[in-house]
Amino acid sequence: MKFSVYRYNPETDSEPYMQMFEIEQRQGMMLRDALLAIQEQDESFTFRHSCGEGVCGSDGVNVNGSNKLACIAPLTELKDPVEVRPFPGRPVIRDLVVDMSQFYAQYNQVDPWLQRKEPLPEQEILQTPEERDQLDGLYECIMCGCCSTACPSFWWNPDKFLGPQALLSACRFLADSRDQAGEERLDKLEGPYKLFRCHTIMSCVEACPKGLNPTKAIGHIKAIMLKEAI
Amino acid sequence: MALEKQRFDTLILGAGGAGLNAALQLANANLKVAVVSKVFPTRSHTVAAQGGVNAALANVLPDNWHWHMFDTVKGSDYLGDQDAIEYMCREAIPTVYELEHNGVPFSRLANGKIYQRAFGGQSQDFGGEQAARTCAAADRTGHAILHTLYQQNIRAKTHFYDEYFAVDLIKDDAGMILGALVLNIATGEPLLIESKTTLLATGGCGQVFRTTSNAHINTGDGMAMVLRADLPLMDMEFFQFHPTGIAGKGMLITEGVRGEGGYLINKDGDRFMEKYAPNAKDLASRDVVARSIVTEVRDGHGCGPEADHVMLKVNHLSEDVIAKRLPGIRESAKIFAGVDPVKDPIPVFPTAHYVMGGIPTDRFGRVMPTADDDGEHLPGLYAAGECACASVHGANRLGGNSLLDILVFGRLAGHNIIDYVKENKAHRPLNEASVEASMARLGRWDAKGDGMTVSQLRNEFRKTMEDHAGVFRVEDMMAEGVEKIKQVREKLNDVRLTDHTRTFNTNRTEALELENLIDVGLAIAVSALHRKESRGAHSRPDYPKRDDAEWMKHTLYWRESDKLDYKGVRVQPLTVESFPPKERVY
Ligand SMILES: Cc1cc2nc3c(=O)[nH]c(=O)nc-3n(C[C@H](O)[C@H](O)[C@H](O)COP(=O)(O)OP(=O)(O)OC[C@H]3O[C@@H](n4cnc5c(N)ncnc54)[C@H](O)[C@@H]3O)c2cc1C
Ligand code: SF4
Ligand code: SF4
Ligand code: FES
Repeated sequence: MKFSVYRYNPETDSEPYMQMFEIEQRQGMMLRDALLAIQEQDESFTFRHSCGEGVCGSDGVNVNGSNKLACIAPLTELKDPVEVRPFPGRPVIRDLVVDMSQFYAQYNQVDPWLQRKEPLPEQEILQTPEERDQLDGLYECIMCGCCSTACPSFWWNPDKFLGPQALLSACRFLADSRDQAGEERLDKLEGPYKLFRCHTIMSCVEACPKGLNPTKAIGHIKAIMLKEAI
Repeated sequence: MALEKQRFDTLILGAGGAGLNAALQLANANLKVAVVSKVFPTRSHTVAAQGGVNAALANVLPDNWHWHMFDTVKGSDYLGDQDAIEYMCREAIPTVYELEHNGVPFSRLANGKIYQRAFGGQSQDFGGEQAARTCAAADRTGHAILHTLYQQNIRAKTHFYDEYFAVDLIKDDAGMILGALVLNIATGEPLLIESKTTLLATGGCGQVFRTTSNAHINTGDGMAMVLRADLPLMDMEFFQFHPTGIAGKGMLITEGVRGEGGYLINKDGDRFMEKYAPNAKDLASRDVVARSIVTEVRDGHGCGPEADHVMLKVNHLSEDVIAKRLPGIRESAKIFAGVDPVKDPIPVFPTAHYVMGGIPTDRFGRVMPTADDDGEHLPGLYAAGECACASVHGANRLGGNSLLDILVFGRLAGHNIIDYVKENKAHRPLNEASVEASMARLGRWDAKGDGMTVSQLRNEFRKTMEDHAGVFRVEDMMAEGVEKIKQVREKLNDVRLTDHTRTFNTNRTEALELENLIDVGLAIAVSALHRKESRGAHSRPDYPKRDDAEWMKHTLYWRESDKLDYKGVRVQPLTVESFPPKERVY
């Protein structure tokens, strides 16, 4: 199988270029396995990866135009030749490694931690299974960035629009029956940009390797805001 | 260029559950703390933990910490230190509540309390009926915990050095640790972090074996740093092979699957665990189940064209239970084994999973530098999590006790560090010689020319470990293994990098990791060769019995001339009576 891979090392290359590699395809091989095989051919080829099973969120890359986690992207589902690029719209550090600091900063902006005002009980804060169900589809986010780096609004306004991942996280806390900072959270999302720059283009949903739905989460926040306004 | 330096009260190496729970205590107490991690914190391997964390909350079945303690001592095959175990089992309860208060999205019972499932080796009433002690967030408990702890650290404004690689501890002539030399991975520039106290929380070393449930980054770096600082590692021969890795691949299928009612079958469809552990069956302790699987396969009862694995049957459970309690497993089985567990059984075989041994600490998380039973700890140096050995797991860890260990001892180390820093306000003078030694180690990789590649030697090493230090161990095979690993260590000198640039050079960090892997692998192999008994995960067909008279003691290994020494097991708990060694049947 052929791979056309994005290469750029700021120390040695004046410009990025694409390089071809050929890999012998074995049964059950994932894209990460292919990237590792490429790395055995050329040790200077660099990408992030760790768990190999789609839980750590390290190895998001752009494959044939879509963002995916390399470790759970079966080669059998990819069109030959496979074009592998870094996430779009992020500054490239080297090869497939991009600078994600803005993405993390946006996450921090939504105060992504549980906030309580009442004193804590001695045992667990009670939550019914139905209340807990509200967190499903939200808490599982692995912060891989596949969604935000596929979102056109995020590309154009990364400093103002929070992007699907951060908004999904905001929703995760708004949806938690134990959280008591709902109002403050909503206030922080007011304004024309932070939340409202989402144009429901749904690229984020398509990109999420964990099957999460940031667009729905964003819609949900908008709905709560509307309800509060009335 | 002059080496850049930074100073902190405390340096934490590692941002997994152990490092982050310690950091949280310190940041809440307004100490100046730096957390160094070679990956962004939520990529640490704690994120992969599935099944859950043990605490005797008694939400589902009757329970108390004393039963939990009994199970842990028995599970450890009586090699665990009973004072540390008592402490951990008592602290489990407030620790889990604190996690919940911090935001962990635990699954819930109808009455609103935390959901708990059955796991292997758990009993009520000191060896009676099965208990349900494992607190779970579906089958993504590690993810839920790690993200929550990271979130709380954002709130507490902990100072993170993300994607910095710790190279070596810096120490002075008195043997005191002064901080660490780290490498900024993105720029390739070294940085010296001076600290009054240092906590090692660098996690496990599963990458020493070829087939493993552990991530690419689990290379035992902290353990090897300790070895290079002339400190010992303890009980390294005890390495856990998890019974159910996806066959041929190694990804984990949590014990929670069996806790929810799944069971193992061989090629004839026989539920073979009934034969090996008539009472606990599929929920016997991990070492017992792993050996049973290997025995089944060796006796010709394996499944598949190569007859090289067994099957984990789940499809008798309702789709609803699988969707609610095991969604991540279903996803993994589909992706990596190509089966939907709702319909078909999952092919499984033991996979290298967890190191019981590690950096010896007392029950306060302080590093113990000698084999002396009443020896003093090394002031200012702490270790917690999988890289440490408190020792609460002894010869075999129970499922759900590792998340517990990292959280309890991470938190405790944090508290003890706060006290230490109150009394030791000054930094000790820097020792330039030690810094130069580490810089030289780094500089060695600038050597150019032909040689082996990092991946060639790594493949050779990991295969050797698998062949010579795996589930069953006999004298000749292990002695040969030790020799081979020593040869591998020699060959390190012949390894050359092809990439000498600075920017995000993974070729260089992988070379540093390979050095660490080999040091740790040798500690495992040498310690294993010399323990002439079978205990817990260390299984020797040539010495099939546990030998308490001779071997109820901890192994200590030093890198210098591969020296070994031994120290007694602490059998006296804090407040209750000691559990005397008994034959271990499930
Ligand atoms: C697949 C799987 C499932 C598991 N399921 C369970 C379970 O259900 N219940 C349970 O109790 N246990 C479980 N375990 C075990 C448990 O998850 C681990 O033992 C535990 O999470 C280890 O935590 P830690 O904080 O010690 O290390 P880790 O989470 O591994 O973190 C190590 C940290 O150290 C950093 N680090 C390492 N080396 C360096 C270096 N050189 N420089 C800088 N930083 C460095 C890493 O970046 C990382 O931040 C499971 C393990 C695996 C592999
Ligand atoms: S739906 Fe909104 S967040 Fe998602 S990609 Fe489109 S604009 Fe971005
Ligand atoms: S929402 Fe999905 S795509 Fe976005 S960061 Fe989370 S897991 Fe990744
Ligand atoms: S390597 Fe962890 S998500 Fe792919």
